[in-house]
Amino acid sequence: MKIAVCIKRVPDMEMRFAIAADRRSLDPAGLKYEMGDFDGYAVEVALQLVERAGAGEVVVVSLGPDGVQETLRKALAMGATRAVQLKAEEVPFDGLAVARALAAELGDGGYDLVLFGRMATDTASGTVGPMTAELLGLPCVTSISALELGDGRGTARRDLEGATETVDFPVPAVLTIDEGIARARLASLKGIMAAKKKPLEVKPAQLGEARLTVEAMAVPAERTGGRIVGEGPDAVPELVRLLRTEAKVL
Amino acid sequence: MATTFAFAESRGGELRKVAFEMVTAARRAADASGGGEVHALVLGAPGTAGRAAALGRYGADLVTVVEHPALERYSPEVATATAAARIGGAAYRAAFFPASAQGRDLAPRVAARLGVSLASDVTEFELEGDVVVARHPAYTGKVIVTLRLAGAPALLSLRPGAITPVEQPREARVETAPPAADPSGARVVVTELAQGGAARLDLGEAPVVVSGGRGLRAAENFRLVEDLAGAFGNAAVGATRAVTDDGWRPATDQIGQTGRVVSPDLYVAVGISGAIQHLAGMRTARTIVAINKDKDAPIFKIADYGIVGDLFEIVPRLTEEVRKARAGQ
Repeated sequence: MKIAVCIKRVPDMEMRFAIAADRRSLDPAGLKYEMGDFDGYAVEVALQLVERAGAGEVVVVSLGPDGVQETLRKALAMGATRAVQLKAEEVPFDGLAVARALAAELGDGGYDLVLFGRMATDTASGTVGPMTAELLGLPCVTSISALELGDGRGTARRDLEGATETVDFPVPAVLTIDEGIARARLASLKGIMAAKKKPLEVKPAQLGEARLTVEAMAVPAERTGGRIVGEGPDAVPELVRLLRTEAKVL
Repeated sequence: MATTFAFAESRGGELRKVAFEMVTAARRAADASGGGEVHALVLGAPGTAGRAAALGRYGADLVTVVEHPALERYSPEVATATAAARIGGAAYRAAFFPASAQGRDLAPRVAARLGVSLASDVTEFELEGDVVVARHPAYTGKVIVTLRLAGAPALLSLRPGAITPVEQPREARVETAPPAADPSGARVVVTELAQGGAARLDLGEAPVVVSGGRGLRAAENFRLVEDLAGAFGNAAVGATRAVTDDGWRPATDQIGQTGRVVSPDLYVAVGISGAIQHLAGMRTARTIVAINKDKDAPIFKIADYGIVGDLFEIVPRLTEEVRKARAGQ
């Protein structure tokens, strides 16, 4: 069982973000980074599948500047076999450009599965996984919350709005991982030590042309709400009046 | 004059609300560029064509219906091939997909098949000459990114609820067409579609969302939230991650960074403190009401209206008052 997991280094979402002087990027001062939440689940799924198969490897791939090596090392510490950095000064916002670079890397890798998180938590677009699948000509199931693999086939569950789909697919395939399958394990001290000696290959990213670009970034005005109508059930009539006459939602 | 394209999502033989939103968006884009035609595409089981004319009410000029028994459920590969053939074979200025569960699966595949870029989960857009400028909330809603999408066709997926369907009636021509790929050759097959609780409003489509958090103290107390949603009559019930993690509510009800992102007209947060994870899923609601016993809870900082106090006293009273207000309409 040979599995590739594509992961992204993203800023810690708990932070307050400021916009840089160019008005088109985040102010990097004080930003802390981590592996995207869904990418962590994808790494966990890959590790469990290989453990269950008893043999195989998990290759983690990340596109970006040298800072992504830290994220790759974290995945290696969790138990991934080796890592590949597709080096680029920055990660383009255009998912198709990123997908082209990943497809070029993964194309003849002989992977049984290529896993992604269902979306990166920073750009929140969720396009790179299915685009990469399409470029590779591989079957793809997105946003799965349960997975069973059998002999050359798999079954996944997808949560929709108020419904769930059961999806059958052949292997090799591309899967994007939603919450609910697996919690990312914490790296052990032994894992962290071992990760330092595991191979991490650096290659230039073969990014395609980006036709989707960032024109501006802005921090939305804080909601100026914060009006306390009152305390306890006696405030309810006033709330209902405001919902009718001011907010006009009732 | 520019022709635009709308993917009209259906499920179980019915058009979904996002279908009308996409046609409304496509109509707006066509009108903005001098008033071209809007072409809509619907896939579904035989019988779907009967629903298709309704898209004319929202401004579609041509509705292409692709019917096949295997399309009773979503087929990602047949839908990709058919939408890509449709868009690739015409000179559309822009093509709109919903950023729904189905659309988020489909739109990137179609974009890659066509070799064009996609602006995803867009809440606002404008055509400016050769480019489309689109807004997309990112970084858990803490940053609004303005994107430039160059070239044609511009592919966009629009956040459900971001566009309000507007009736602009036309006599839509309805045509049928075969799928662009043989459904029996599909590698990825949806073998089962299990609908959640009958007749429940979907979180992404409901104009009102009533959500509960840990403040409810026990699963059975969600009855209070359900009663309030029932009083509104057009409300869906959501929950925080803490609540779905504890199994009080199904995981599909979770609103937040790792769950659903909703933009209803009214969001009522009951016993929710307002963790950043949760705020990411609802901060774009038009009006936010919070009920919490802790006056310093972060939810009050983003709520338009707050009541501080015991939710077990406040919510039943609110349910009663909302019911009265509704009855008087």
